[in-house]
Amino acid sequence: MNNVLYALFRRLRVPLITMILVYAGSILGFVLIPGMDDQGNVYRMDFFHAVYFVSFMGSTIGFGEIPYAFTDAQRMWTLATIYATVIAWLYGIGTILALVQEPVFGRMLRRRSFVRKVDNMTEPFYLVCGYGVTGSIIVRKLAKRGIRSVVVDLDEGRVDAVETTGELQFEVPGLCADASLPDVLDDAGLQHDKCVGVLALTNVDQVNLSIAIASKLLRPERMVISRTEEDVTTANLLSFGTDQVVNPFRVYAEYLSLAAHAPYTHLVYDWLVNPYHRPLSSAYQKTKGRWIICGYGRFGSALYREFDEDDVDLTVVDSNLSLDTDLPYMVRGKGTEALTLSEAGVEDAVGIIAGTANDADNLSIIMTAREMNKKLITVVRQNVHANKLVFKNSKADFVMEPGQIIANRVLAHLKSPLLPVFIEQMQAYDDVWAHTLLNRMNSVAKEEELDSWSVKVDEENSPALMESLNSGGDVTLGILLKDPRDRQQKLSAFPLMLHSGDMYDILPGELDLLKPGDEILFCGKSKSLRRMEWTMNNFNTLHYLQTGHEPTGNLLSRLLSRQ
Amino acid sequence: MNKEKVIFAFFIVLALTVNFGFFLGEIDNPEHHNVFEFFAAIVISLICTVLKFGDRTHLGASMMATSLVADLQLVVAAMIWGYAEHISGVGMTPSHMSSVVSLSGGALLANVISVILLMVETIMVRR
Repeated sequence: MNNVLYALFRRLRVPLITMILVYAGSILGFVLIPGMDDQGNVYRMDFFHAVYFVSFMGSTIGFGEIPYAFTDAQRMWTLATIYATVIAWLYGIGTILALVQEPVFGRMLRRRSFVRKVDNMTEPFYLVCGYGVTGSIIVRKLAKRGIRSVVVDLDEGRVDAVETTGELQFEVPGLCADASLPDVLDDAGLQHDKCVGVLALTNVDQVNLSIAIASKLLRPERMVISRTEEDVTTANLLSFGTDQVVNPFRVYAEYLSLAAHAPYTHLVYDWLVNPYHRPLSSAYQKTKGRWIICGYGRFGSALYREFDEDDVDLTVVDSNLSLDTDLPYMVRGKGTEALTLSEAGVEDAVGIIAGTANDADNLSIIMTAREMNKKLITVVRQNVHANKLVFKNSKADFVMEPGQIIANRVLAHLKSPLLPVFIEQMQAYDDVWAHTLLNRMNSVAKEEELDSWSVKVDEENSPALMESLNSGGDVTLGILLKDPRDRQQKLSAFPLMLHSGDMYDILPGELDLLKPGDEILFCGKSKSLRRMEWTMNNFNTLHYLQTGHEPTGNLLSRLLSRQ
Repeated sequence: MNKEKVIFAFFIVLALTVNFGFFLGEIDNPEHHNVFEFFAAIVISLICTVLKFGDRTHLGASMMATSLVADLQLVVAAMIWGYAEHISGVGMTPSHMSSVVSLSGGALLANVISVILLMVETIMVRR
């Protein structure tokens, strides 16, 4: 980066030397040319006056002929030097302006200010590589929780968007550079003490891979989450300890297959990870039967594997099926025409998944299919984020948009590492259990976003709880759920899981006693989190919730309460 | 032969020689110290500074520093000269002259270091 600065300096050499020479020549001329004082005696201007005169003449201020009126010889020399100095100035200033306008100079200045901003970070932050759909959602959501982030993206427009978006409550430093280069990552805070996690979210697998490797090499214990679209990269990423690898196709395939065989468990999952959850009434009852998958690419094959494990009947429709593909039911064709679809048996299928890489084709598939079978469950894959409006109005039951899916998945991990554990564990339960849980969630969140967070019992995160535990008192889980403003009221939240030692206790009871080191996963409205923090941090609040009256802290009230 | 190197070395050595020429003579005798030589010393010193711009080696940085020292000393000397001649009201006195010359002596030392660095750089390039 400093190379540029030196190169710029070097280019200023010639104009600066020209200026020095022109000034020196002019000054020397005035000293040498004889003048005449007011009494008609010959005098020579000294250097002091010559420098003074040339200084104001060169800058075209012109205070007049000093110290005495000039002779014609002096005037002629002035005439020559006025033009010489003005030209020297124009040349110098012109060069400087040209340098300042040079894009490389601006880039260098931006890079410097970016590095300074990152260096000055005093709060924990995430390094987000790739500010596309996923990156912007994640940065916004993190900012909402008061967590800072640093953005690196290859596209200048996106980096501008980071800085100009008014939604963020604090400044997010953004750099337009190739995140696969280690020195770019280093500038973006890869080695910064406060960098708590690296999110590799670019749409190129190789770049994500090199980001993850760089981070794991420098700080093996720091969290790295990477996006990927190929199974080979997934295996590679996991091999060196990447904390979470998100493959949008796999994630969505799992999500859909859950919808097909366990509608309520699916809804619980949906509520926990999606900011805009589906209404309770949308649970699909009739999902058993034949599904049609249009497009057997990465998404199609991931779906096929996932559905096949659950013994769902499948028909694959694709125009580019290679000859050695051997699936029990397959139809060659695009799926956009009624003929192919009826050959695939759309009339008696339960659902159709339009999963080709072309948005127009996908929309056409579901529209044609719906014409032929009104009750069909339609799933459509959206490839381009800009098509959001069309897909929103497509009346498809599910819209699969990779950017949003990755964002939700990554956010679930960032909200609390316990959340993915819970999602995994809950799949062991049956759908009836999930229905009950869903009713509970519904009564807590209603139409609003269901947030989730975890709370840890230790000195750092919950000093009040620790103080109470250390003084021999019992702290029940239920205390945390009381409203610190009025203990008769409850917060709109409930515990999902208690992590104590190696034990994971799903849906713990409110009378469970907390021990130091326990971690509890809650879900509810996000404002409840802030209330809960009072209880955890303020001993007086905790005391009020436990006993019903304010603690007698000061001497006077202690004396009064004794009487 | 590299033209750029010739010009570079020329100015650096010239800065030293002109400065030395000015410095030579009795320290407090204005007769021994020519104002034009002093003017030339300042101008050449400034040109040397600009020529040293943009060299990112360690040696280049040291040369730049010596040049800045010489500039500083000479400019301060020029200010003292101007003060003595025009502001003090009594003209050039031996004490003012000796401050000017001693400051230029300091600049001379900086220029000597600059030339030594130039020689070091030349000797290091073995071709």
